[in-house]
Amino acid sequence: MIDFQTTPQRYRHWKLQVDGDTAQLIMDVSEDAGLFPGYQLKLNSYDLGVDIELSDAIQRLRFEHPGVKVVILKSGKERVFCAGANIRMLAGSTHAHKVNFCKFTNETRNGMEDASAHSGLKFLCAIQGTAAGGGYELALACDHIILADDGSSTVSLPELPLLAVLPGTGGLTRVTDKRRVRRDLADAFCTTEEGVKGKRAVAWRLVDTTAPNSKFQAAVSDAATKLAATSIRRSGTTGITLPPLARQIEGDTVTYANVRVEIERASRRATITVQGPTSPVPASAGEMVALGDQFWPLACARDLDDAILHLRLNELDIGVLTFKTSGDALAVLAHDALLAAHADHWLAREITGFWRRLLKRIDVTSRTLVAQITPGSCFAGSLAELAFACDRTFMLSGNFPGDNRASAAITLGAANFGAYPMSNDLTRLQTRFLGEPASVAAAQSHSGKPLDAETCDELGLVTMAYEHIDWDEVRVFLEERASFSPDGLTGLEANLRFPGPETMETRIFGRLTAWQNWIFQRANAAGENGALKRYGTGQKAEFNRERV
Amino acid sequence: MTASSATPAGAVDYSTKIPNNVGLVDDQRVLKALEQWHPGYIDWWMAQGPDGFQSSDVYLRTAISIDPKGWAKFDYVKMPEYRWGILLAPQETERKVNFGAHKGEKAWQDVPGEYRAMLRRLIVIQGDTEPASVEQQRHLGKTAPSLYDMRNLFQVNVEEGRHLWAMVYLLHKYFGKDGREEADGLLQRRSGDVDQPRMLGAFNEVTPDWLSFFMFTFFTDRDGKMQLESLAQSGFDPMSRTCRFMLTEEAHHMFVGETGVGRVIERTCAAMKAAGIEDPYDIAKIRALGVVDLPTLQKKANLHFSLSLDLFGSEVSTNAANFYHSGVKGRFMETRIEDDHELSRATYPVLKLINGELKLVDEPALTALNMRLRDDYVKDCQGGINRWNKIIEKLGINFRIALPSVAFHRHIGEFKDVKASPDGRLLSDMEWIKGEAQWLPSKDDGDFIASLMEPCWERGKYANWIAAPKIGIDNKDGDFEYVRIARG
Repeated sequence: MIDFQTTPQRYRHWKLQVDGDTAQLIMDVSEDAGLFPGYQLKLNSYDLGVDIELSDAIQRLRFEHPGVKVVILKSGKERVFCAGANIRMLAGSTHAHKVNFCKFTNETRNGMEDASAHSGLKFLCAIQGTAAGGGYELALACDHIILADDGSSTVSLPELPLLAVLPGTGGLTRVTDKRRVRRDLADAFCTTEEGVKGKRAVAWRLVDTTAPNSKFQAAVSDAATKLAATSIRRSGTTGITLPPLARQIEGDTVTYANVRVEIERASRRATITVQGPTSPVPASAGEMVALGDQFWPLACARDLDDAILHLRLNELDIGVLTFKTSGDALAVLAHDALLAAHADHWLAREITGFWRRLLKRIDVTSRTLVAQITPGSCFAGSLAELAFACDRTFMLSGNFPGDNRASAAITLGAANFGAYPMSNDLTRLQTRFLGEPASVAAAQSHSGKPLDAETCDELGLVTMAYEHIDWDEVRVFLEERASFSPDGLTGLEANLRFPGPETMETRIFGRLTAWQNWIFQRANAAGENGALKRYGTGQKAEFNRERV
Repeated sequence: MTASSATPAGAVDYSTKIPNNVGLVDDQRVLKALEQWHPGYIDWWMAQGPDGFQSSDVYLRTAISIDPKGWAKFDYVKMPEYRWGILLAPQETERKVNFGAHKGEKAWQDVPGEYRAMLRRLIVIQGDTEPASVEQQRHLGKTAPSLYDMRNLFQVNVEEGRHLWAMVYLLHKYFGKDGREEADGLLQRRSGDVDQPRMLGAFNEVTPDWLSFFMFTFFTDRDGKMQLESLAQSGFDPMSRTCRFMLTEEAHHMFVGETGVGRVIERTCAAMKAAGIEDPYDIAKIRALGVVDLPTLQKKANLHFSLSLDLFGSEVSTNAANFYHSGVKGRFMETRIEDDHELSRATYPVLKLINGELKLVDEPALTALNMRLRDDYVKDCQGGINRWNKIIEKLGINFRIALPSVAFHRHIGEFKDVKASPDGRLLSDMEWIKGEAQWLPSKDDGDFIASLMEPCWERGKYANWIAAPKIGIDNKDGDFEYVRIARG
């Protein structure tokens, strides 16, 4: 089982050193500590295990070290910054693992940019030696790149000439969209295996500056000071701690404090039930900090994030995820309101950011997502976003026989109208109502009130509202869904979930990932005589020359 | 009729500023590029070449023809006026690509676009070592143990300079704008410079004394020889021809190294005999004679051998495999090896660290080419070591110089993360710290050697720590003035 939980004490590949406003995040990959047997992580190349630690380190910088303004990302090895994703790992991986690996690494890098934009956590990349492929893509996710001008340090995206694939973590998109490298220069850059160094790297905007080795540390400190000045984080802020999650795996059930996952293997479905807050909302920001990791929005997000990743990587056959909630809608809204009222407080900002990224993680999870809204649920505010992230939502009108609780409701709140944009920069409701903006306003006018199935149906908030006599339709839907091609569904869902404007993120997850996944499946890359399989043997790949 | 076509085959055309046998006079594009590069080269030579002897007259050999019988002409020349030129071995019209995926095709007279980046990288790495060693050796003239040795140093230096020219010619002729930029880069990097170091580790080490120089030419230039031998097999014919000619010059460098150390050994053994010292480990007594004790020579050999092994790169290497498969870089004596020259199924035993033990493991031969070349190198070194041991034996001293284990003192490859003794035992950190001073030159050893480095510039005289050579260069008499030193 791939475990996404770790702590700095257990890191094999990174060192996290915090000193006042600045943190050093040092990549020093242990060759023999790969996640799977069969490859060595030479030259600071990485696999999912390395990226899990990176992701954990960044999460800890957000929550445990809120006084850190600048993270200096550098290599602990001489003459190499990072050689990117390990090729032998990729060549030996299943297609599903490759895709999941790329998705997670993409989310981590997007998360770095998210932290810079929203949390004031700035990233400075200090490259001495080679930054190739994923190594340069890691740099691209940073705010500022300094490259040693020593005649041999280079940045490169050699995937195409070397491996017949594309850079898999946003490289092409960030080169053109973020760094605005001219398209013909980008073309030259991405087909030059050895990469670009020194002045040309600056002239082409591939890096921000260069510095000779003797002045490198000074240049890095200078740039760190300048970046720190742009941070909204406050020096000296004390963080909270993120202890390990209380997770229990028993048979086909995974239980967390706030989330329960029940897997039905035969029907290839899982139900994720999210528990709403059970303790009262804190009265102040101070109380929120005192609760720390036990504060419901944070605790719940951590549980749900781990559950989603667990299902993605460890439960590949589970094709449909059904979201359910349980608890008090008003309590959810009260917690949302506390976060909104203290939007400028560091912890509220980080928790909101966590939910924003978590919901985006759900958006790009390639499983059919279904919400079932039944009595006792608390699809309100932030938790209602779960329903709006789904491909289909089913709501019970009235009650099941014998249940005398209040009927199911959705309760909208401020959280549904701006706090959690999707990767297309629109809210889930704006995206849902792309062709009918008035429906967003109509929904908003109903904020704060529990909306029954008929109203939700009328407002377009659910796909179907069924009375209990028709509820069996949900089973029929799920069985039908399970009969479709999983590939077809992945493509269909990914296309329908993200209408509207393109952003760098949608381009990375949509266009780039789709192309990459296509190329990854083609014989020219992955076949017996393809470039990925032949890499390292000295034999050249044999290509089918037909352009498709 | 042009000057070049009027020149007999094999002869060097001196009608252009740059002596050559490649018809530069007809190749205005490359001639212009080289002429533009030339002033930068001279500036580099003046700033980084032999310090203090630029206006001395040195009895140097200049190539005047590529004909193996008569290519060398000896005369006095001031080094900055040395006629560095572009000399390629004669073209064989029917030459083929002899290995890899293109085996049997006609050798390439132009760079295949597909391999351009690969070839350029190989040429730049090789080219970078040439000026580096000149930089490393620039202060040695001042402590030369004789005019003969000084002349040999300068001969090595000007030839390294010429080898740089050879690589620059390839860059200018075949690699366009990028090639010209790389050629400029070769003059910008500096050995040991923090900001712009030379590309390979051993070429950023200091060469502080003459013993280091001899060891360097024996061990490190021999790596150069092995690399040139492999590149001389290249399917890219101009590179093959360039390297074949460079090898004739490189042989002299090996000679300087091997006879240099040999003469030090000879002098030490003779001095021990004369003083009645039997025990080669009676270091204090031996050093008191003003000669280098044999255990210290062994330490120097340990150091230079291990640094030079690092130049072969990782034992198992994708790059090496790609170079071979592409027909760009072959094996030592490729055409004399009896196999399919494709290596698609063959294996080669690679020494690896398996559960704390050194073991030979069969690896695909294609990826084990660095290991194979290194094995050939070790054999080549052993030949020279045997000749040194003959000298010791002949003079009746009970001592043998031995090559250390390939696992000893390594910074690249399979053994970079372990500590091993010269006889190949794996050591704990403590054991290494305890043993290091017995195996590698210590500061004291360095200080002692430095104390011997007093110049000896009198005609026919040699410093006390080194014996005279058997025969002079160009068969000159013992008191021949190899360098007319310009004073002031």
